[in-house]
Amino acid sequence: MLQQGDKAPDFTLSATPDRTVTLSSQQGKKIILAFYPADWSPVCSDQMALYNETLRLFEKHNAVIFGISVDGVWCHQAFSKDRHLHFDLLADFEPKGAVSDLYGVYKDGVSQRALFVIDETGTIQWSYLSPIGENPGADGILSALESLPG
Amino acid sequence: MLTPPINTRDHITGNPQGTIELVEYGDFQCPYCGEAYPLVKHMLQALQDVKFIFRHFPLSEAHEYATDAALAAEAAGRQGKFWEMHDALYENQAQLSEGLLSQLAKILRLDMKQFAADMEDHQLLSKVEADFESGVRSGVNGTPTFFINGKRYNGDFTDLLSTLNGTDASESEI
Repeated sequence: MLQQGDKAPDFTLSATPDRTVTLSSQQGKKIILAFYPADWSPVCSDQMALYNETLRLFEKHNAVIFGISVDGVWCHQAFSKDRHLHFDLLADFEPKGAVSDLYGVYKDGVSQRALFVIDETGTIQWSYLSPIGENPGADGILSALESLPG
Repeated sequence: MLTPPINTRDHITGNPQGTIELVEYGDFQCPYCGEAYPLVKHMLQALQDVKFIFRHFPLSEAHEYATDAALAAEAAGRQGKFWEMHDALYENQAQLSEGLLSQLAKILRLDMKQFAADMEDHQLLSKVEADFESGVRSGVNGTPTFFINGKRYNGDFTDLLSTLNGTDASESEI
């Protein structure tokens, strides 16, 4: 798993059937990557629902969050619509788990429950691997964002 | 850890001088909070030494009435009836709607004009949002989440009474 000080590997993943997100295009923003095992499973849903409510706290720090799992775009779209999510879920679907693997958090066919905070220069400033059945919450992300300049 | 600690902005019931401080982060539309409500009520009757604090953690995207319900409790609080509204909301959770909030306010004999004005008061919304943020800070990741003497309680809320009793549930039944 990549750690503080590592360069965040660039990637392009689909956010919807007709839109992709490229990490290096998010210039001038801090990025939070929340890898998680699967749409719909109870713990994930709670975790993504929580981030949906904490978006305004992330925005205060000029940070944008992306959820990433190996689910496909249509699955993400249905899940996102059902839960009224206001941030992108990215599909690490083909080749399966390739981006999760780049970050060292791909295991047993799913993304692990892992968080990364990346600064404006594309350097990882904080990372955390949560036990797979445990919702890591948002406090670690907020503390990490607070410790970064502006 | 609970951040910030219990302070004058908090709503406190139970025994205000109690040595055990129990804080709940809750959402009035959350079914699990609804399940926890009678247990907490029972616990406060059974234990004399518990100070109970409720802080708002509305998941407003998942529960459309959660924030309004929190505001209704705060607005009732301005007329000295926070806990009455808190209880009424949980006792009528299945019927939660915009209409229900003013119905409950009437039943509680609140000054309706004042209640309507307070529901729109940004200061109350800020208080609800501050509660939410303090929950996130304190490591709340869903509702209900309890803190016992400032420390997050990770067990099942159905075991709260026995946990606070400091005894095992099976022992207390003997």
